[in-house]
Amino acid sequence: MQGGRHETATIRKYAAAMLRRLIGAAGVAAGLIGAQALAADITGAGATFPYPIYAKWADAYKKSTGIGLNYQSIGSGGGIKQITAKTVDFGASDMPLKPEELDKSGMIQFPTVIGGNVPVVNLKEIAPGQLRLSGPLLAEIYLGKIRKWNDPAIAALNPGVGLPASDINVVHRSDGSGTTFIWTNYLSKMSPEWKSAVGEGASVNWPVGVGGKGNEGVASYVQRIQGSIGYVEYAYVLQNKMTYAQVKNREGSFVAPSAKAFQAAAAGADWKAAPGMYLILTDAPGKDAWPIAGATFILMHKTQEKPESARQVLKFFNWAYTQGDRLAEELDYVPMPDPVVRLIQTNWKAQLKDSSGNPVY
Amino acid sequence: MSALMTDAPRGPVRMRPARWKDVAFEQLTRLFALLVLGILAAILVALVLESRPSLDKFGLAFLWHAEWDPVQERFGALVPIYGTVVTSLIAMLIGIPVSFGIALFLTELSPAWLKRPLGTAIELLAAIPSIIYGMWGLFVLAPLFQAHVQPALIESLGALPFAGALFQGPPLGIGMLTAGLILSIMVIPFIAAVMRDVFDLVPALLKESAYGLGATTWEVVWKVVLPYTKVGVIGGVMLGLGRALGETMAVTFVIGNAHQLSKSLMAPGNSIASALANEFTEAVGDVYFSALIELGLILFLITTVVLALAKLLLLRLALREGALT
Repeated sequence: MQGGRHETATIRKYAAAMLRRLIGAAGVAAGLIGAQALAADITGAGATFPYPIYAKWADAYKKSTGIGLNYQSIGSGGGIKQITAKTVDFGASDMPLKPEELDKSGMIQFPTVIGGNVPVVNLKEIAPGQLRLSGPLLAEIYLGKIRKWNDPAIAALNPGVGLPASDINVVHRSDGSGTTFIWTNYLSKMSPEWKSAVGEGASVNWPVGVGGKGNEGVASYVQRIQGSIGYVEYAYVLQNKMTYAQVKNREGSFVAPSAKAFQAAAAGADWKAAPGMYLILTDAPGKDAWPIAGATFILMHKTQEKPESARQVLKFFNWAYTQGDRLAEELDYVPMPDPVVRLIQTNWKAQLKDSSGNPVY
Repeated sequence: MSALMTDAPRGPVRMRPARWKDVAFEQLTRLFALLVLGILAAILVALVLESRPSLDKFGLAFLWHAEWDPVQERFGALVPIYGTVVTSLIAMLIGIPVSFGIALFLTELSPAWLKRPLGTAIELLAAIPSIIYGMWGLFVLAPLFQAHVQPALIESLGALPFAGALFQGPPLGIGMLTAGLILSIMVIPFIAAVMRDVFDLVPALLKESAYGLGATTWEVVWKVVLPYTKVGVIGGVMLGLGRALGETMAVTFVIGNAHQLSKSLMAPGNSIASALANEFTEAVGDVYFSALIELGLILFLITTVVLALAKLLLLRLALREGALT
């Protein structure tokens, strides 16, 4: 170790050179990243249900315009928190905010796509679409009051169908979700007992049943547990080829879930009369309407501090409404009907303003 | 010799230039150690502060109320606490004997050519991510349980007078028993690895003396090896228990996520970590959010209490050791 001092000096020179190179590289990288960020990416966060279609739209939009969308599917509650804190350009929620809440936080909301909640069962004897259920019946099942498949109430709706004498195993969501909100909203409308005992919400105090995490969790439990019943988004029914049930709608006809049935539910809904576009599509009027449909919403502040970002967001959604329909249908979502899109665009013009009061759109 | 001469001064005698390096090193390592304590304290403080709304609203009764109603904002931690404790207990009841058996086999009974591959296999089991365990449990173990194991258990053990209540109910495949079993598979590698390492540390002289006096292998292990290694063994068990208490993804796949208290192990339940993972991102409202944070605080306290009990146990064993000799 006699040459220690010389070696130290060489090491120091080498280290200094490396450090200079590293700083240089970091500077170039920062510059590149900075340049990317300046290309006006729009940011959004919230609901998990529409994440697949938002991601697909973002990808297609970036290919055609070069502007990217960064969407974090952290759940409706997270989306509401983030947009209230103004950390993102828009928030997404499966559960619409009530007009009072919108006024309090100074936001507007508008729907983007429509989905349907479909009850699915696991019964060997039943073919997809064969079982018929109704809202009050579903409420009784989820309250735990109807416990066996061959209960007279179920048999009354399904004459001639051989129902087994086994227990009904109820499956629900374990995580907070907009799907649950739509489902419990429907059950609250159909059963005063459900409304007082449990109520509606993204997370509720389920009287019976096991909880699966996400739509995937519920689908997987229903597929594995004999004699079970659960509710999932329509996309999952198709992808997992599950046994769905028909449900009786407001007009009294038994409807099978399909994109047309969801669109019928949306068309029959009166968006114009809904203040703040707060409209829940459950129990919608219409002969072919699916009774357990719901839209997913986007939340934006009325007064935009960054009007350029807001303009980019609105341009994106305008593109999605006019050119993204096919992509939505490919993923089994239902795009908004044209009259509703025109209403939404009118709302943008009227309500979204920048800090000096000029309209953004 | 020349290495020792590195720091010898070349000129007039002055303070050894290495002294400041020693001081700096000592301060740096002290800083790291205190940093760990600081982080622990900071986590505790953050948990308490964030759960204040829930603490104010529910007080101590939070610990024994069983309802979990986000709509009416009434929360109680009894079901998650019960689920956490029961699944960890099942994991320990199955895991400790099996790990002990594995460690015993690896140190005393196995032929030399088998030791290395078997040891590596156990360590590989520890490296598998917990979500893989969860998926395996849901896709492979749960259907197996539902079709064969649970009906058999319900028929045989469900008929017993008192313990039977633990094994009654519809066979769903998922539930607290399945979750406990998956947890036991996850903690076995940790406990077995630590046990094997400490068993190897027992001086051969001690064991040979016992053999020489005519002791059987079992007597040597039970009366010589285990008492010698009890600190390490209990440390390993605590490691495993810590993992079992906090395990999230594997449990959430198979525990059934039902906020219901039931006597039967076949029934679905909930654990603290699983409830947090499921409900945290969509929790809207101060009370809901702070109730979840309070659950986290309770888990933190449970783990601290368990650790303290372990230290106490070790202390008492050490005292007894002195008394016996």
